[in-house]
Amino acid sequence: MIYILGLSAYYHDSAAVLLCDGEIVAAAQEERFTRKRHDADFPVHAVEFCLGRAGISLSEVDHIVFYDKPFLKFERLLETHLATAPVGLPAFIKAMPVWLKEKLYLKKLLRDSLSELARCEVKDLPALLFSSHHQAHAASAYYASPFDKAVVLCLDGVGEWATTTAWLGEGNQLKPLWQINFPHSLGLLYSAFTYYAGFRVNSGEYKLMGLAPYGEARYVDLILEHLLDLKEDGSFRLDMSYFNFASGLTMTSKKFHRLFGSEPRKPESELRQRDMDIAKSIQVVTEEIVLRLAKTLRKETGVENLCMAGGVALNCVANGRLLKESVFKNVWVQPAAGDAGGALGAAYIAWFQYLNKPGMAAQSDHMQGALLGTEYDDEAIEKILLSENMVYKKYETEALLDVVTEYLDKEMVVGWFQGRMEFGPRALGNRSILGDPRSEEMQSIINLKIKNRESFRPFAPAVLQEKAAEWFEINIKSPYMLFVAQLKKDKCVDDAAADCVQGFARLKKKRSQVPAITHVDNSARVQTVSAESNAMFYRLLTRFEKLTQCPMLINTSFNVRGEPVVESPGDALRCFLKTDMDVLAIGSFVVLKTEQPEKKPVPVYDDKTGEQLVNDVSAKQLRQFALSTGIMVSLIFGLFFPWLAGSKMNTSVFVYSALWAGWGLLLPKTLTPLYNVWMRFGQVMHKIMTPLILSIIYFVLITPLGLVMRMFANDPLNRKLDAAADSYREQSQAIKADDLEKPF
Amino acid sequence: MLEFLTDLWQFMRARKKYWLFPVVLIMALLGALLVLGPGSSIAPFIYTLF
Repeated sequence: MIYILGLSAYYHDSAAVLLCDGEIVAAAQEERFTRKRHDADFPVHAVEFCLGRAGISLSEVDHIVFYDKPFLKFERLLETHLATAPVGLPAFIKAMPVWLKEKLYLKKLLRDSLSELARCEVKDLPALLFSSHHQAHAASAYYASPFDKAVVLCLDGVGEWATTTAWLGEGNQLKPLWQINFPHSLGLLYSAFTYYAGFRVNSGEYKLMGLAPYGEARYVDLILEHLLDLKEDGSFRLDMSYFNFASGLTMTSKKFHRLFGSEPRKPESELRQRDMDIAKSIQVVTEEIVLRLAKTLRKETGVENLCMAGGVALNCVANGRLLKESVFKNVWVQPAAGDAGGALGAAYIAWFQYLNKPGMAAQSDHMQGALLGTEYDDEAIEKILLSENMVYKKYETEALLDVVTEYLDKEMVVGWFQGRMEFGPRALGNRSILGDPRSEEMQSIINLKIKNRESFRPFAPAVLQEKAAEWFEINIKSPYMLFVAQLKKDKCVDDAAADCVQGFARLKKKRSQVPAITHVDNSARVQTVSAESNAMFYRLLTRFEKLTQCPMLINTSFNVRGEPVVESPGDALRCFLKTDMDVLAIGSFVVLKTEQPEKKPVPVYDDKTGEQLVNDVSAKQLRQFALSTGIMVSLIFGLFFPWLAGSKMNTSVFVYSALWAGWGLLLPKTLTPLYNVWMRFGQVMHKIMTPLILSIIYFVLITPLGLVMRMFANDPLNRKLDAAADSYREQSQAIKADDLEKPF
Repeated sequence: MLEFLTDLWQFMRARKKYWLFPVVLIMALLGALLVLGPGSSIAPFIYTLF
């Protein structure tokens, strides 16, 4: 058996995936374990889980594949600063420390982290490989898809250089076709508007998408005329004078703000109609670009299957439009389309391209319903319930389904924790909060009392697959909640009064028989559920339909605002206790909020962003402190300064230093106060010196070099717009199997 | 470090961007001052001297 471990880390959404002979054994995001949203640290816990699931140690893994080429990324960073100097100093100071300390030496960093995890020598580790960022995205989409021939479209913010790539997958081969490079990025364009609308970049994009149906597309022409040059084939270049993300600390420039008539909306401030109009406008532009690119691919290759990945592929409204326009016969989107899914793609590339293993037989779902994460048996769950003194009841499966169905029918909100955790950003029925979509109140109840979030965002329906077409304008399987479809007209309620209402008040108007999942434009983000994709959830939906004639439930992720989806029974219980959730159905157990004797205190997670504490110091650290400072004092004051002054070396300094070091070696704990003061001094010096050193590098090295480059009209960012050109697409270079061995 | 320099050189050759080598090297050397970081007890000496 051949085991391949795929890793994504150090940017956002760290994750690990384990393949065994090309099949996914386990996959998980690090954030679920550390409870730190979008955790970018090395995925220690996710790797441990994957290895544990397979029952192997790291030494039994044949290849480890990282999802990114660090040298190419550094090249892009450096050339971006060369192209924009001298205006990018703050961004340079912000970005460089982590590169110069860690990311430039990523190979070593990875090996050190892995050897620490496996408690082995670096030399005993499996071979380390590197796929490119978009190659990993493309592989995660194509090899996991049900197709043996497909074109792949990857759209995200940026990887190394590429922001948009097209690929042709056939059998076990995945060949690059063309690409668009940084800074011309659809993902970053969407993120710029996310920033401008007052949401957080890299996590607030789905809020902007949820806001769009409230708006009118008033700014589409303005965007197309000023912000980008969009060609007929869907390729584009951004006018970088409107953006600041290449060299600044913000996404948009003052020129952008002047164009739209105001500064960016302040986070958490009231959302205005113009914010909604802007959201709608950029959504329309995004859809137009995706459609044009897809049409070009279809026309040029003739292939009828399309796979998609990259952060933009999570824009399920654009995906729904692709389906509606029938550009391709079949469309499949990788459920972990963001960077976490890169770990899967990296592992797949090693299996199919590096090891040249034959393509998998076309089957409906290599992703196994994305149920690839941790699971807990009843024994482990009951242990947690007992330790928290919870009042609960245990049921056989049939009885559990019956009782939960009844609670849902009574408009109670149910935390549903069953089976293996999902991989990717969506909860698909194993770590979900469920509710009755027929209820007019359920939207507000779950949003405000449980999720603690803005009330403008709709919930997704999980619907029985065989009933989906009766309720929605959808004729494909959508097990991963990645396509938006319109509710059937006969399920909508004709409410003339609703048309007179503006803004968020529109959401409160009953627009359909299932108001809690219907957005103001009568659309819904549909998840179809089959016995094959999730047997237990399917049975629950079947029960609910039998009781209510409604074949769907509200399905939203089991978490509160700002926290990752729950991973363990402990996480689920904490989330249940600190919200107004009514029922927790966890394994074979049902916990009712009303049956708990008293309001239980909820443990608070540590904020992991704090600085390293210097109070708890080991004797070893103190001895090292005494020894190293003694040596440094001897060298500087005993040798260096006397040499500088042309005098004899100062032997008394050596004596004092030796006494100091001896004191530290014999009585280390007595040095603790001095150590703390010294280290605080070091931290202050570090904060002063880091920007100073980087400013010197920037002005003495980067800026002159950048100016020389510009003298020779060399722009690595290709910012010039060319109205006469037919396309901005660039031919991609062929990739050889052994390219995976290089970090570039 | 040797492996890093070898990788760096091969990278420059593959990308035909030899001019990047001294830039990256100078940055890596000066960056070593930052590598000392706030957790090292000799960092204050180095920073003061610098």
